[in-house]
Amino acid sequence: MSRSLTASTAPYRAVLASRIRSQRSHRVSFRVDALSSLLVGVVELAEVAVLYLQVEGIGGLDLRAVLLVFAIADLSFSLADMAFGHCDNLPEYLRAGTLDVFYLRPQPLLLQLVTSDIQLRRLARAAVSLAVLVVAVGLNDLSWDPHTVGLLALALVSGPVTFAAMFVWAAGAQFFLLDGAETTNAFVYGGRYAATQPASVWGRPLLVVFGFAFPMAFTAYLPVVTLLGLDGASRIGLPDWVGWLAPVAALWAWAFAAVSWRLGTRHYQGGGG
Amino acid sequence: MRHGTRVYRRLVVAGFRRQSTYRLAALGGLVANTTFGFLKVALLLAAVRAADGSLEGYDVGAVAAYVWVSQAMLGSVNLMGRNDLAERIRTGDVVVDFLRPVDVQGAFVATEVGRSLFTFLPRGLPTFTIGALVVGVPLAGGVAPVLGVLSVLLAITVSATTVFLVGVVGLWLVETRGVQLFYMIVSGFFAGLYLPIWFFPDWLVVAASATPFPSMLMYPTDILSGRVDTTGALGHLAAQVGWLVVTLVAGQLLVRAGRRRLEVQGG
Repeated sequence: MSRSLTASTAPYRAVLASRIRSQRSHRVSFRVDALSSLLVGVVELAEVAVLYLQVEGIGGLDLRAVLLVFAIADLSFSLADMAFGHCDNLPEYLRAGTLDVFYLRPQPLLLQLVTSDIQLRRLARAAVSLAVLVVAVGLNDLSWDPHTVGLLALALVSGPVTFAAMFVWAAGAQFFLLDGAETTNAFVYGGRYAATQPASVWGRPLLVVFGFAFPMAFTAYLPVVTLLGLDGASRIGLPDWVGWLAPVAALWAWAFAAVSWRLGTRHYQGGGG
Repeated sequence: MRHGTRVYRRLVVAGFRRQSTYRLAALGGLVANTTFGFLKVALLLAAVRAADGSLEGYDVGAVAAYVWVSQAMLGSVNLMGRNDLAERIRTGDVVVDFLRPVDVQGAFVATEVGRSLFTFLPRGLPTFTIGALVVGVPLAGGVAPVLGVLSVLLAITVSATTVFLVGVVGLWLVETRGVQLFYMIVSGFFAGLYLPIWFFPDWLVVAASATPFPSMLMYPTDILSGRVDTTGALGHLAAQVGWLVVTLVAGQLLVRAGRRRLEVQGG
């Protein structure tokens, strides 16, 4: 069993190892990328912190609570971005016809696309949100009981999985959108932005889109309000324990992603040549 | 002189028409700008309400105007650092630009401005209209709209002249991706894309004002939303003109110094 697993993952490991080696060999370029990735994390943190320093609290979250939401959401997003972010390049592959190469190999298309690259520089951004997470956990005075540990662990697993589904959903949609690739940015990157917000400030349409259809509220906001015992869930008409449903939201997002990817690849007619 | 300006006018029109072929892309941009607009306005309205209706001079109406004017301008000002010049320097195509009897900077800026003007039609105006219909956007009256439109035009020109600087650095560095990334990260923050820069602590406001970025977004939204009075608007316009001159002169100097260094392989 383990031998066949080793054999079947060998091609993917070979590609990933080569991508990692190539990033390590272009040192200057990698440092620039890592530094800019770090800066993105810092600027995004500043955008949240500056606003919450101005007021007592927004939508039931104070600065301490929102730092926890930000940390979980951003850490989840940057991990998903590291592994799945290059799915964004799909429109270029489609235009250049290079996607057809993937079709010729006897391996699943999505698995090939995902393992065709890994962006180590995103670790710099993940490091920023991890640091914020450590600080936020301290500030919120959490007691280390099974409830806290379980909910945090659940959120930190479900979050990256949910964001990864967003990238795959978007990639599936690219087969139809082509030049309109920016449309999906509204939900993938808009989703990241939404995930750092208190869902209690949204009106009904935003709640439908980013609360349920793309379950961004379940990546960080709802687990945090459940964890801290805040009234955030009841503000949007949900029970207080709803944060525990983060894995259900992740499953839902992947169902959505799988349908999108399947429709997209069925729709694809080849790049010619 | 008459002959000279005609070339640039034609380049503006050419940029306008070139952009008009990317309709689906414009639709994608519209969806993205509008969605981000709804998320921004929900958060900032809640923030203003939490501050008892007034936050750093913004009331509910001014914050809505800030969000929808800035989202509408987003497609027309270049906060991404994307530019053709960097790529043309890297591939050597820029030689052709230098051989033309047209100023390299002038041609670049004219084409960019044309492209930006077109983008208002499928992206900027619909974004603003959707925001105005759904959320309501009270704009300032009196001379403010006139000064505001002037400020928007200055904003897209300053964005073109500043991005030209990012591209022209390629004459020294060849690979300018790092500079572009840096530009992209800093420009949005200092232009007041996610938050008005006036929410920043004082030292950060000073830092932002020492860059051309507020001229690309913050100042025109201030004028159109009525956050500043006529005197304030004139001050903003003066700052924009100042940055336009600085970036234009810097671009000219850099091109003159850099073209002697340009080395192109093959031929």
